[in-house]
Amino acid sequence: MPNAINIALIPLLPFAGFLLSGLFGRKYIRNFAGMLGTALILGSAILALYTAYDYFFVYGKVDGVYQQFVPLKITWLAFTKELSIDMGLVIDPISVMMLVVVTFVSLMVHIYSLGYLKGEERFATYYAYLGLFTFSMLGLVLASNIFQIYIFWELVGVSSFLLIGFYYDKPSAVAASKKAFIVTRFADLGFLIGILILSYFSGTLDFQELIARLTSPESNEAKAAAASTFLGASALTWGAALVFMGGAGKSAMFPLHIWLPDAMEGPTPVSALIHAATMVVAGVYLVARLFPVFALSTPAVLEMIGWVGAVSAIVAAVIACTQTDIKRVLAYSTMSQIGYMMFALGVSKYGGEAGLGYTASMFHLFTHAMFKALLFLGAGAVIHYVHSNEMKDMGGLRKKMPVTHFTFLIACLSIAGVPFLSGFYSKEEILLAAYHSNTAIYYIALVTSGLTAFYMFRLYFNIFWNKPYEAHGGHHGHGEGGLVMMLPLILLAIGAAGAGYIPFGELVSSDGKALESHFDIAFSAAPVLLGLTGIAVAAWMYLKENKKPENMASSLGGIYKAAYHKFYIDELYLFITKKVLFNLVGRTAAWFDRTIVDGLVNLTGNTTVLVAEGIKKFQSGKVQQYAIYFLAGVVLLAAFFVYVWR
Amino acid sequence: MNLLVLIGAPLLTALAVLAARNRQQVRWISLAGSLVQLGLAVALLLAYRHERALQQTAQMLFEQQYPLFKSFNIGFHIGVDGISVAMILLTSFVVVAGVLVSWNVEKMTKEFYFLLLLLGLGAYGFFISLDLFVLFFFLEISVIPKYLLIGIWGSGKKEYSANKLALMLMGGSALILVGMLGLYFYAGNTFDILALSKSTIPGEIQHILFPLLFVGFGVFTALFPLHTWVPDGHSSAPTAGSMFLAGISMKLGGYGCLRIATYLLPEGAKEYATIIIVLSSIAILYGAFATMMQKDLKYINAYSSVSHVGFSLLGIGMLTQTAITGALMQMVSHGVMTALFFAVIGMIYDRTHTRMVADMGGLMKKLPFISTVFFLVGLCSLGLPGLSGFVAEMTVFVGSWENPDTFHRIATIAAAMSIVVTAVYILRAVGRTVMGPVTNPEHLELKDAAWNEKLAAILLLAGILAIGIAPGWLNDLLQPAAEEIMNRIAGK
Repeated sequence: MPNAINIALIPLLPFAGFLLSGLFGRKYIRNFAGMLGTALILGSAILALYTAYDYFFVYGKVDGVYQQFVPLKITWLAFTKELSIDMGLVIDPISVMMLVVVTFVSLMVHIYSLGYLKGEERFATYYAYLGLFTFSMLGLVLASNIFQIYIFWELVGVSSFLLIGFYYDKPSAVAASKKAFIVTRFADLGFLIGILILSYFSGTLDFQELIARLTSPESNEAKAAAASTFLGASALTWGAALVFMGGAGKSAMFPLHIWLPDAMEGPTPVSALIHAATMVVAGVYLVARLFPVFALSTPAVLEMIGWVGAVSAIVAAVIACTQTDIKRVLAYSTMSQIGYMMFALGVSKYGGEAGLGYTASMFHLFTHAMFKALLFLGAGAVIHYVHSNEMKDMGGLRKKMPVTHFTFLIACLSIAGVPFLSGFYSKEEILLAAYHSNTAIYYIALVTSGLTAFYMFRLYFNIFWNKPYEAHGGHHGHGEGGLVMMLPLILLAIGAAGAGYIPFGELVSSDGKALESHFDIAFSAAPVLLGLTGIAVAAWMYLKENKKPENMASSLGGIYKAAYHKFYIDELYLFITKKVLFNLVGRTAAWFDRTIVDGLVNLTGNTTVLVAEGIKKFQSGKVQQYAIYFLAGVVLLAAFFVYVWR
Repeated sequence: MNLLVLIGAPLLTALAVLAARNRQQVRWISLAGSLVQLGLAVALLLAYRHERALQQTAQMLFEQQYPLFKSFNIGFHIGVDGISVAMILLTSFVVVAGVLVSWNVEKMTKEFYFLLLLLGLGAYGFFISLDLFVLFFFLEISVIPKYLLIGIWGSGKKEYSANKLALMLMGGSALILVGMLGLYFYAGNTFDILALSKSTIPGEIQHILFPLLFVGFGVFTALFPLHTWVPDGHSSAPTAGSMFLAGISMKLGGYGCLRIATYLLPEGAKEYATIIIVLSSIAILYGAFATMMQKDLKYINAYSSVSHVGFSLLGIGMLTQTAITGALMQMVSHGVMTALFFAVIGMIYDRTHTRMVADMGGLMKKLPFISTVFFLVGLCSLGLPGLSGFVAEMTVFVGSWENPDTFHRIATIAAAMSIVVTAVYILRAVGRTVMGPVTNPEHLELKDAAWNEKLAAILLLAGILAIGIAPGWLNDLLQPAAEEIMNRIAGK
C-alpha cells in the first residue's frame, strides 16, 4: 500500500525549501540556500524513486492491472455536499512516472545552478522560486481533483512567470514573463470553463468519480451531458475541448505557443526544467489524466487533439530550422516534440493494443525530459562560456568543451531518432501508433522527424564545428564550468542514452494492463533513413563555414522569411491585443466612464446647482417682493378656483 | 460574548484620542485601541465557532435587545451570524492596518485618528445591528468622517471628490431610508430584521421596495453605473482613507444589498436578479478594461475595485447558496486585499512622490519588501490560488454555474473573462513599477518599509493567506448564513 506520508513529503520538501529561502534567504542563508534546496530536492527524488519502485514492483499491480490509489484526500473547500475541492494524492502509473521525471530533472537543475548562478546577487531568491516551482509541479502531478490540478496549474504558471522574469531589470525578460503568463491565462480561462461544464454534468470534481460518471454510457450524467447541446456540439464535447484548451496553452500547442520562445529569457537551467522537461508537458499529462473521457466520450475532441499536436509538431520544426538563437531553436524543438506526445494521445484508443499511442506518448514524455533537459543544460554551458545566445558567436567549441560536446551529441542523436538511443524507441512507438490509426498524421510526423534531425544537427554543427572558435576572438580563459555543471550533464546523458530500454509498455498503458511492444525493422527503416538524411544535409551545410546556408535561404525566399519570422503569428496577436483590446475596447471603456457615466453624475450635480441658483432669487428678503408674490398667488388661486375648478 | 464591547472599545479609543496631549500619545492610543478591537474580533470568531460547535442553532448569536422608542417599536437589537462575524473581523484588520500606515500623518493628527476610529465604530455598529433604524444610524456615522478625511487630508481635487462622494452616498442613503420606511409600514410597524424576515410583504410592494434598497446600498458598493465616486474618492483620499473606503465602506453596501434588500425582499430579488446580473457582469468586464488604460496607481486599484466588487453583486444576483457564499467571500477577500493594495500604493507614493506608473521602474532594487508585497497583492487580485481572491471568485463561478440556462452561463463566462484582463493590467502595473530597470536615479536613494508599514502589510497579508490557503474556516462561517438567506428566497 502506498505510504501517504512518504508521498506527501515529495512535494512538501521543496515547499519547505521555498519557504526557508524565500523568507530568510536574503539576509541569513544567502549562500547556503543553494545547498539547502538541493538537499531537499535530493530527498524528494529518493522518495520518488522509492515510491516508483514500490508501486511498480511491489503493490501497484493487482491481477495484472496497475491500480489507482488515493492514499490521502483532504477536503479543502466544500461548495456543496457533492462538489468540493479536495487536496489529494493520486498514485497511478503516470503520476508515479511524472514524480520521477520531475524530481530527477529538478535535482539536476538544482545541482547545475549551483555553478551556473554562482555569484548571482539573488541566488537565494532563485532557489526559492525553483522550490516553489517543483512543489507546484509535483502537486499538479499528484492531483486527485480537477480543481486541485487547476490550482497547481496556476501555481506552476506563476513560478514560471517569476523565473522567466528572474532578471527583472531586463525589459525583454519582463515582457516575456508577462506574455507567458497572460497567454497561458487565456488558455486557463478555457480550462476553467471546461471544469465548470464537466463538473456540472458529472456533479463532482473528483477525477475518479468524474471519469467514471462521464465514461459509462448508461449513467445519467453522461446522458445529460451528451443531450445538452450548444452551437452544434454536445456540452460534454465543449467541456472536454475547453479543458484541452488549458492543456494546449500550457504545452505551447499551436496557436497558443507564442509565449514559449520568449520564455527563453529566463536563466537557462530554468528553461531546462520548466520549459523543456516538466511544466510544458503538463498539458500532455492533463490529457492523459482525463484520457478515458476523451477517448470514450468525446472522440471528436481526441481527434482534434491529434491534429493540433501534428500541426504544432511540423510548424515548430520548420521554424526551428531558421532560428539563430540556440535557445529558441531548442524552444521550437520542444514545442515540436510535445506535438508528438499530443498527437500520440490523439491517435490512441482506450485499452488494449489500440492504446499504444497512450503508452508511446508517456514514453516519449519520459525520454524527451532526459534529452531535452540535457540539451538545454548543454546549451547553458555553451552560453556560459561564450556569453551569447547567437549561433554566429559560436563554432569550433568541441575541443574547448569536451564533456559538453559529447553529451550534447548524445542528446542530438537521441532526439534525431538514431537507433539504440532513447529517442529512437519512443518516437518509433509514436509513429507506429499513428501509422495504424491516422495515415495523414503519420506522414506529417515522418516529415517532422526528418526536419528534427536536420535542425538539431544544424545546431550541433554550428556550435561545435563550423568555424574555429578563435576565428571570432574567443579568449575566454575559464573552462567548461566545474563538476557541479558537468555532473548533471553526464547523468542526463546516461538517461538520454539508456531510457529507451525501460520496458515502458509493461508499466504505463491506457488501461493499466501490460502492453507488448515489438519493433519492426521494416517499419523503422523509413524514419531512420529520413533522420540520417537530415543529419547528412546538416553536415553538408554546416560542418564547415561556407555560403550554402545563405544561398539556400535566399533561394527559398518568402518561405524562409515567413518561417524566420515565425509565420507572423506574434504580429497577429500583437495586433489583436494592442490595437483591438487595448486601444479599441480599453480606451473606449475608460473614456466612456469618465465622459458619459461620470458626465451624467456631474450633470445631475450641476443642474441641481443651476436650479438652486435660479430659485434662490425668490428668497430675497425684500418685503415688497414677497407682497407681490403673495398677491399674484392669491389672484392665480382665485382665478383657478373660480374658472377652472368650480 | 457581549457584543456591546465591539462598540464600546472603538468609542473609548476615540474618546481617549480626543483626550490625548500630543501626537505621540494619539498614535499609541489609537494603535492600542485598534489592537484591542482586533483581539475582540478574533475572540468573537472563536466564541462564535465554539457556540456553533455546541450545536447552537439560533440564526443570530449573542443577541441583546433594549427598547429605544417604544411608541415606534424601535429597539436597539444586536446579534451576529457568520456573515457579521466575518465582516467584523475584516473591519478590525483594516482598522489596525489603517492606524499603522497613518503613523506619519502630521496635519491635525488627533482629528485624523478620531475620524478613523469613528469610521470603524460605524462599521462595527452596522454589522451587529439587527434593527434597521440602528443600522441606518451607524451607516451614516461612517459616511461623514469620509467626507472630512478626504476634504481635509486629501490631495488633488479633494473638495470636488469629497463632495461627490458624500453626495452620492447621501443619495444612496436617501433611497435606503425610503425603502426602510416602506418595509416598516408594510410589514407591520417594525424595523427589526428578524421580525421582518418572517413577515410576508406582498409581491408588488416588494417590487417597489427592492430597487430602492438595492440601489441605495448599491451606491455604497459601486453598483454600475453609480460607481463614479470610487475613482475620484480614492484618488483624493489619504492612504488610510482609501483603505477604509474600499476595505470597509464598500462592504457596508454589499452587506446591505444582501442582508436587507435580498434577504428581506426575496420576491423583489427574484424579479430584479436579471438586471443585477447584467449590471454586475458589465461592471466586472468594463471595470477591468477601464483599469487597463489607467496611468495612476490609485485609479488602477479604484477601477479594479469596481471590477472585483462586481463579483459580490454577481454572486448575489445568481441566487444560489454557493454563489452567495462566494459573494460574501469576495467581500471579505476584496476588503483585505484592496486595503493592502492602497496601503502599498501609499507607501510607494510617500517615497517616490508619484503615483504615475510611467514615472517608476525597478523599485524592487531598493524597496524589496514593499515591492514584494505589491507583487503579492497583485497576484491576489488576479486570482492566484493560495491567495484569497481565487477562493472567492471560484466559489462565485461554481455557484453561478448551478443555474443551468444560457443567460446565466453567458454572464458567468463574461465575468470569468475578466481573469485574463485582470492579469493584463496587474502585470502591466507590477511590471512597470517594481520590475524593469530603475528609470529615475533618485529612486536609488529610497528606503524600504519602516516597522509600522511592515506590520500593517504583514497583518493584511496574513489575512489574505489565511483565506487563500485554508478557506474552510471562512466557508464554514458564511455557508450556513447563506443557506438561511437562500431558504427564505426559495420560500422554505
